[in-house]
Amino acid sequence: METGTAPQVTVNSEVLDLEGTDPCTNALDWLRSRGLTGAKEGCAEGECGACAVMVARPDGVGGTHWAAVNACLAPAGSLAGREVVTAEGLGAPDRLHPVQAEMAVRGGSQCGYCTPGFVCSMAAEYYRADRRATAAGPGTGAGDAAARPHAHEAPGPNGFDLVAISGNLCRCTGYRPIRDAAFALGFPAEDDPLATPAEDRPSTPARARVDGPAGSYVRPADLAEALQLVGQHPDAVLVAGSTDWGVDVNLRGSRAPFVIGIDRLPELRALERTPDHLEIGAALTLAELERGLAGSVPLLSAVFPQFASPLVRNTATVGGNLATGSPIGDLAPALLALEASVVLEGPAGSRVVPLDAYFTGYRRSVRRPDELIRSLRVPLPLGRVSAFHKVAKRRFDDISSVAVGISLHVEDGVVARARIGVGGVAATPLRATATEAALQGRPWTERTVRAAAAVLREEGTPIDDHRASAAYRRAMLAASLVRLWAEGETAETVHA
Amino acid sequence: MSGVPTPSDDRVVGRPLPHESAALHVTGTALYTDDLVARMPGALHAHPVQAPHAHALVRHLDVTPALAVPGVVRVLTGGDVPGVGDAGVKGDEPLFPAEVMFHGQAVCWVLGETLEAARLGALAVEVAYEPLPAVVTVREAIEAQSYQGGMPRLERGDVESAFAGAAHVYSGVTESAGQEHFYLETHCALAHVDENGQVVVQSSTQHPSETQEIVAHVLGVPSHAVTVQCLRMGGGFGGKEMQPHGLAAVAALGATLTGRPVRLRLSRAQDMSMTGKRHAFHTRWRVAFDGDGHLLALDATLTSDGGWSLDLSEPVMTRALCHVDNAYWIPAVRVNGRVARTHKTSQTAFRGFGGPQGMLVIEDVLGRCAPRLGLDPAELRRRNFYREGQSTPYGQVVRHPDRAVTCWEQVLETGEVARRLEEVAQFNATHEHTKRAIATTPVKFGIAFNFTAFNQGGALVHVYKDGSVLVNHGGTEMGQGLHTKMLQVAATALGVPLDVVRLAPTRTDKVPNTSATAASSGADLNGGAVLNACTQILDRLRPVAAGLLGCAAGDVVVHDGRVRADGGADDGAEDASLTWAELVSAAYVQRVQLFAAGFHRTEGLHWDSSTMQGSPFKYFSYGAAAAEVEVDGFTGAHRVLRVDIVHDVGDSLSPLVDIGQVEGAFVQGAGWLTLEDLRWDETDGPQRGRLTTGSASTYKLPSLSELPDDFRVALLQRAHEDGAVYGSKAVGEPPLMLAFSVREALRQAAAAFGPEGVAVDLACPATPEAVYWAVEQARGGSVPPGLEAVVEGAPGVVPDQPGPAAPPIEPASEELVPRPGPGA
Repeated sequence: METGTAPQVTVNSEVLDLEGTDPCTNALDWLRSRGLTGAKEGCAEGECGACAVMVARPDGVGGTHWAAVNACLAPAGSLAGREVVTAEGLGAPDRLHPVQAEMAVRGGSQCGYCTPGFVCSMAAEYYRADRRATAAGPGTGAGDAAARPHAHEAPGPNGFDLVAISGNLCRCTGYRPIRDAAFALGFPAEDDPLATPAEDRPSTPARARVDGPAGSYVRPADLAEALQLVGQHPDAVLVAGSTDWGVDVNLRGSRAPFVIGIDRLPELRALERTPDHLEIGAALTLAELERGLAGSVPLLSAVFPQFASPLVRNTATVGGNLATGSPIGDLAPALLALEASVVLEGPAGSRVVPLDAYFTGYRRSVRRPDELIRSLRVPLPLGRVSAFHKVAKRRFDDISSVAVGISLHVEDGVVARARIGVGGVAATPLRATATEAALQGRPWTERTVRAAAAVLREEGTPIDDHRASAAYRRAMLAASLVRLWAEGETAETVHA
Repeated sequence: MSGVPTPSDDRVVGRPLPHESAALHVTGTALYTDDLVARMPGALHAHPVQAPHAHALVRHLDVTPALAVPGVVRVLTGGDVPGVGDAGVKGDEPLFPAEVMFHGQAVCWVLGETLEAARLGALAVEVAYEPLPAVVTVREAIEAQSYQGGMPRLERGDVESAFAGAAHVYSGVTESAGQEHFYLETHCALAHVDENGQVVVQSSTQHPSETQEIVAHVLGVPSHAVTVQCLRMGGGFGGKEMQPHGLAAVAALGATLTGRPVRLRLSRAQDMSMTGKRHAFHTRWRVAFDGDGHLLALDATLTSDGGWSLDLSEPVMTRALCHVDNAYWIPAVRVNGRVARTHKTSQTAFRGFGGPQGMLVIEDVLGRCAPRLGLDPAELRRRNFYREGQSTPYGQVVRHPDRAVTCWEQVLETGEVARRLEEVAQFNATHEHTKRAIATTPVKFGIAFNFTAFNQGGALVHVYKDGSVLVNHGGTEMGQGLHTKMLQVAATALGVPLDVVRLAPTRTDKVPNTSATAASSGADLNGGAVLNACTQILDRLRPVAAGLLGCAAGDVVVHDGRVRADGGADDGAEDASLTWAELVSAAYVQRVQLFAAGFHRTEGLHWDSSTMQGSPFKYFSYGAAAAEVEVDGFTGAHRVLRVDIVHDVGDSLSPLVDIGQVEGAFVQGAGWLTLEDLRWDETDGPQRGRLTTGSASTYKLPSLSELPDDFRVALLQRAHEDGAVYGSKAVGEPPLMLAFSVREALRQAAAAFGPEGVAVDLACPATPEAVYWAVEQARGGSVPPGLEAVVEGAPGVVPDQPGPAAPPIEPASEELVPRPGPGA
């Protein structure tokens, strides 16, 4: 294929050559090998954020914005044509960036190892174009504490969304000074070079190819070219955000001689609403989808904040989450409840597979090696009663012990249609069909809910493992329906 | 402290300064050990061959296939060791083991041109193992009587009589979990042989001197042939006190054998599977109260999970036994300690060093017994506080017990706890599925190494001719702000502006024979030494200044870089002054020594581990915390709504640093108690003994979502501590134990789902699942899975009592203590 010009990336305003980089070399190691040792490896699996850097990404309205991403998971080759800023590029000890200054003077760093990553995540939020000052920050309201949102869920007085830095771990500070630094930030100056609307920043990297001694990273320009490459390279690995494969490379020694980046394929980036369904492009990142849906699918709105971390959501894609086929992926239970279908694209054309027929076993699916996931199709209208309940040890950025997606069509007080997807209780995500049957046609009452909860408790084949006991998982299945009912009745806050 | 000028009010110590490296941290320009690799061309990379068994004999090891892998340079095995092939100081940690003692133990190391080559080489090494039975849990170890090291007993009063006459006796079992340090920077060492033949090791170590000693004994060379430097660490928390040594030794061995620099950096997975953690503890106890809820007696046997080798398990146990009282007066005490030998990583120091595990016992006891005694838990705690004149079970007078009371009362007052308790009651009455609670707990923590000999520190202070000052000291910087404090101490002691003083990295060729930067004692010991060095220099400069100013040497005052006469007659002499640089320059010309080695030993300490009696601590640090939590009745999920803390750091050397330590320790403690969940494969399957939560995706430490919504930390005022550096107290460890307030609040919130006064048993860590089972118990269910019910009634279930032949702890560090003869 044509490679065009030599693969290059702009890092801290300097154009650097990527040629000679292996597809299994991640962006973090590559940056560090270039002397940019600010970004650190803390876990090598996208869980700690010590490697976070800022990457210019399309903002969906013609410009770009800064997205913080985990450099440890991205193949270095995937940076081709992009613009990257690291902590070193934001400022220097004698001219600190506003984010760096606030972090420094407020005691936001102790050992300092996580700090460059925090600074990048914080700076990306600092530059968020629609960040606006709010009338009152958290903790300033008087009266019943129950009425106040929890601190990490409410934006600061400067509109700073703390969730933006929730994918960064700090073992020293306890986070309070970091929160204070975030909330003390002002807004970018007019002449801040990183804040300018960046039409001229590379937002849609063209096709690229980076060849190293052990293999190649190739980013095709469109779907046809991608399918052709897949046909030519049966051993190729397809990556979008690489948030799953990157972990395999770093922790389990996975290697591939040919890696195809499909995250920029235009055909995979649609987000369209027709009268009878919603079409979600497989290469949309979770963050893009969240912005694009703007709350129009409440069930998914409940998933997004609990799906990994923003550092992961900025690169992980909808299609990737289904392609990995994990039994504990958070999207599948929700999409099962939404009765989504998977649109697969192969050399012979496309086919549509209902999601409940898509998974065939542990990390296995009906997708053939020469097929790509093009999109997801969610039928409309949506059920009026819905919920997503994720049970995990930690509220942010943890893997589910149990995840339950529920969508109910209640008509005239009767459950006309019930769809329930569950994760974490079997080798694949499941539909809780017996529970659905126990609900459908019955009056939407507590009695029905309690009876159905008893059925849901017995769905799947949960096991004891390091995340939870089987007994707890069963209890959580049952509790999810009861909670849905109770919260509908009492309007208590949904517990994340 | 004689000769130290009294600092004026605008002295540099006590200022709330940011971390001295803050500007480097935030710009990514602060260098850590692994950042140096790029500056060392030709460095080789080391990768371990990790055993896939918890316990096995290495029957055969063939490295030749690895040598065929392109880029592999050498494989290090036991035969390569010229000196002593042991990674520890007790002779029980073979560097290249013939018997695998835990899942993931390194049996040999591959050196490659790249890490990838070394990794592939490690995969190619052929090892034949003969698997052996493995002891994985503490309970299995107790069952199998698998112990190691000494079995100390700490005893006071007539325990049996106290139980016989008590109004209330309860017996139970308390287990606390281990904890992974999860310093963000994993272990790392970079070794090379310099142009002078010196072995130089850059190491992420809290104990450079011991790293140096072990590198030297592995290489079979004297200590003077090895230099260890620690620039800074990306977190330590005790995990880099003993554990870096073997890794540094492997790197140094590789460097001496190949003549090339060797970098050894553990991946997170390797770090978690190979290095030690906080000890889990199993404690069987019985406790006696009088009719008013006063503690009468505690009889407990604490068994720690030591892992495969002793490491620091004995001193950790000693500190645990010395802290079972926390802030409470217990007239009769008998506590036994023993270290289980299990086939796991060798558990080690972790912030608090056994103190948290010891204190957890009494806090768990009080939390479980309060409802049974019909008392509010806070009232039960407050009623049992130490009073003036009382002593700890090991015989140390409890000085300043009123400070615990002051902290406690201040927290209740500034936290408006009485009002908020009413709000909580109201909330609980109107919310069926969500309950809240506020719990208050105290901390009393002894400061100093239990073992007296470690309580010494050294420093080297240079004043150059231009007046600039360079400070070396024996402590290491791991984020705790030690270097910041040392800069403040030096600037204050010399009377110069902060920017005149620069701090050099910790190196064993500058300050030798240092103690670990541990036991919260870094600022006490090294601060004392820096102060001592500065005082020596100033004492030499004072006559020079007196000559220039025409005053008595005793009237010379140096402050903020100005030197003047003070205290003399009001004759305008104070107008006569010179600059610090002028004074230094003049002193040089007069051939006055402008540098000094400082030394500090903590006075007044003594400890006899054979009787477990003495006054091992310089002072006690006090604090109190009130935590409000909310529990979700559907899942057991919980959050911390508000935390109020008052903590005693003496006169703070550096308030921003100290508040950061209090907050960070608290959140780390809350992580240990409510979230972090170490699990090993306990099945009989082929993976037995493997750490199943050995990664950041499976082992969850607190994230921003665990930050209390409202977090208010105050330092106790008017808290000067005599005999410590500028009246300051240690801060690193004690506040971690303030997190018991969170655990006890969770217990109380779970109880709020049940009838008034219901007693609740809560597993540790109190994960959402554990809290869920506690809620179920409160609602009338059974005792949570894995826990034992509390037994009521005298004489109670008597814990195991090791026999008279139980081995004593025999630390080498106590040579100065006269040992009693046999039968003494």
